[in-house]
Amino acid sequence: MELWYTERHTDDVKFSIKVNRQLFSEQSEFQRIDVFESNQFGRFLTLDGYMMLTEKDEFIYHEMIVHVPMAVHPNVKNVLVIGAGDGGVIRELCKYDTIERMNMVEIDEKVVEVCKKYLPLTSCCLDDSRLKIYYQDGLRFVRTKQQEYDLIIVDSTDPFGPGEGLFTKEFYGNCYKALKDDGIMVNQHESPFYPEDAIAMQRAHKRIVESFEVSKVYQAHIPTYPSGHWLFGFASKKYHPTRDFLAEKWLKRDLKTRYYNTQIHSGAFALPTYVEELLKDVE
Amino acid sequence: MYLDQSRMPIFEALQKFKKDRIVPFDVPGHKRGKGNLELTDFLGEKCLSVDVNSMKPLDNLCHPVSVISEAEALAADAFGAEHAFFMVGGTTSSVQTMVLAACKTGDKIILPRNVHRSAINALILSGATPIYVNPDIDDELGISLGMRLSELEKTILENPDAKAILVNNPTYYGICSNIKGIVELAHRHGMLVLADEAHGTHFYFDEALPISAMEAGADMAAVSMHKSGGSLTQSSFLLLGKEMNADYVRQIINLTQTTSGSYLLLSSLDVSRKNLALNGQEIFKKVRYLADYARNEINQIGDYYAYSNERINHDSIYDFDVTKLSVNTLNVGLAGIEVYDLLRDEYGIQIEFGDIGNILAYVSVGDRERDIERLVSALAEIRRRYKKDRAGMLDHEYMSPIVAATPQRAFYGEKKSLPIMETAGYVCGEFVMCYPPGIPILAPGEQITEDILNYIQYAKGKGCFMTGPEDMKIERINVMVGKE
Repeated sequence: MELWYTERHTDDVKFSIKVNRQLFSEQSEFQRIDVFESNQFGRFLTLDGYMMLTEKDEFIYHEMIVHVPMAVHPNVKNVLVIGAGDGGVIRELCKYDTIERMNMVEIDEKVVEVCKKYLPLTSCCLDDSRLKIYYQDGLRFVRTKQQEYDLIIVDSTDPFGPGEGLFTKEFYGNCYKALKDDGIMVNQHESPFYPEDAIAMQRAHKRIVESFEVSKVYQAHIPTYPSGHWLFGFASKKYHPTRDFLAEKWLKRDLKTRYYNTQIHSGAFALPTYVEELLKDVE
Repeated sequence: MYLDQSRMPIFEALQKFKKDRIVPFDVPGHKRGKGNLELTDFLGEKCLSVDVNSMKPLDNLCHPVSVISEAEALAADAFGAEHAFFMVGGTTSSVQTMVLAACKTGDKIILPRNVHRSAINALILSGATPIYVNPDIDDELGISLGMRLSELEKTILENPDAKAILVNNPTYYGICSNIKGIVELAHRHGMLVLADEAHGTHFYFDEALPISAMEAGADMAAVSMHKSGGSLTQSSFLLLGKEMNADYVRQIINLTQTTSGSYLLLSSLDVSRKNLALNGQEIFKKVRYLADYARNEINQIGDYYAYSNERINHDSIYDFDVTKLSVNTLNVGLAGIEVYDLLRDEYGIQIEFGDIGNILAYVSVGDRERDIERLVSALAEIRRRYKKDRAGMLDHEYMSPIVAATPQRAFYGEKKSLPIMETAGYVCGEFVMCYPPGIPILAPGEQITEDILNYIQYAKGKGCFMTGPEDMKIERINVMVGKE
């Protein structure tokens, strides 16, 4: 018997992982949640059938979405995390003892419950005393905040389904309002490769450019995401991601990472020419 | 309701018809879509396969004797009417039928001025004379309200020969007049009550909402099933009360109605009627909840005012339709139409309409809380980014009209074209309106004043979509030649 998980990446491309067994499957109020176990990628979580994370490559995504802004902003005390029910972002943030307060807003309580049970690798720090979890719509939460956070991390699903509102201009604008005058917003920015994803990526970039003084994009290599080539957005009111990069300060913290390092930090903002062009088209 | 509302006679007949695999040597010429593959690909084979002509097993809209007649009986039962007509020319055709059935040339009809263009169009066709009742104005919101009963009684006493009274139930903004009181008053004076319920379909299926025209005892009602009722665009119901002669009304309908009524529209009415009859209470309870939720959230933003039941004054706002999400924008320093444009151009959100001081977002059973959240968040952002001082903003819509000629005489009479700003003092020969909402600023036969011209310029400047005159650019207006 062979059991395979398959995700459609385009009409003509599929991505499959051989599965040992399915650990969990349930339809929550918002989406279908599944957890599988595989030889190659360990356990992995999918929402509405779309790959969210695998135990083997999640470190790349979570290190890159957290350490890049943390190595730029000189003094992050208050962090807002939108989405991120698997806990991976919180785990990386918890490495910084200078952070005083973390608010996490996840729309689907069931995702957190499932990850706590089946994915301890990422959910390990969800009981940190600095963390407060709000189970509500991210757009609604951020709308009520003003000049409150140093850093906002948008760890969203794709721009369709429950995460749709997190790719809108009204969301980015409200994030801008919720940040302090030197605040930074980092977001999951989709992929530039397949045309359908590239359109979503461009649309997000356009809306962020319209909302923030500084808006840059950086990349990472994530094997289980469509095309493997993934982007992140770095938007801020003040700091430039490479010119204001505090490499020495970050190195002194002596944090243990497996993907992120100070060379990768600068290198990640060097984008392929076709990606630069896609971004320039909407700037 | 006494009949089995789970039945759908037209829908069922079409299902059977498809199974029978009849070979078509009749119109339409696309022959179940095979003759127009691009269209079939676009709309779907299922859709094209039931785009068929009237025939014995499917009945005939002009003279219904079988399945359409049964479907109309079910609709009448569901809406508590004596008779229901399936209409395929929009609620415009229902409104026009009401007026044409009630008034002949020279007859008077009493109506508030804030009626839809379709009602005044019907006056051009029928030759009836409009007698306007001044609707009350809400000074804070700048919108026209319902008719005051005392004002209406005064008008009735001054025009005892009027044949009918037309009532909006509710207005676009959700404002209801005391329709029950109006019916009693009108019937006491031998006048018919015609209700424009283009925005009130849901009143028939949710007891928590204002009273429906049929329940209030009105003689006719035009009901836009395609708005809150869920049927296809352009489909509508015309409902009749006990005293009306349905066969005469059918003759009136057939004066202007197509003889090729679309079965897509007819079946959509049939299916939607069943859905409302069986699930309406639950559906509109959810819509009320969503609209209330949105109002609360919007009112917390600041400056915006999403109004509701608190405006009720037991007269010109006798009742309020809480499913209508109407929001006053004047304290943000933006005209409703400006917020409407920003929502679409900047945030990708299309709402129903924006006028001088208000916007209306249409909430339905198809919405979810998180869609509403997008609207609320976008409004919050618009306030943060665009808020201005309110000074210099026009704050009212209504200008009391001076009727100098009947709409028919003004429309068909001898006219000349003048640049718009030179028309003050003349009698207008055509319509000028913002669309939506489609309530005329000027109607044929009305005196043009400086105030009205200034209002038109202001609305144009704010970006309202103007329509009505022969000159599509709205730079010239046709006026009547000679003095009235």
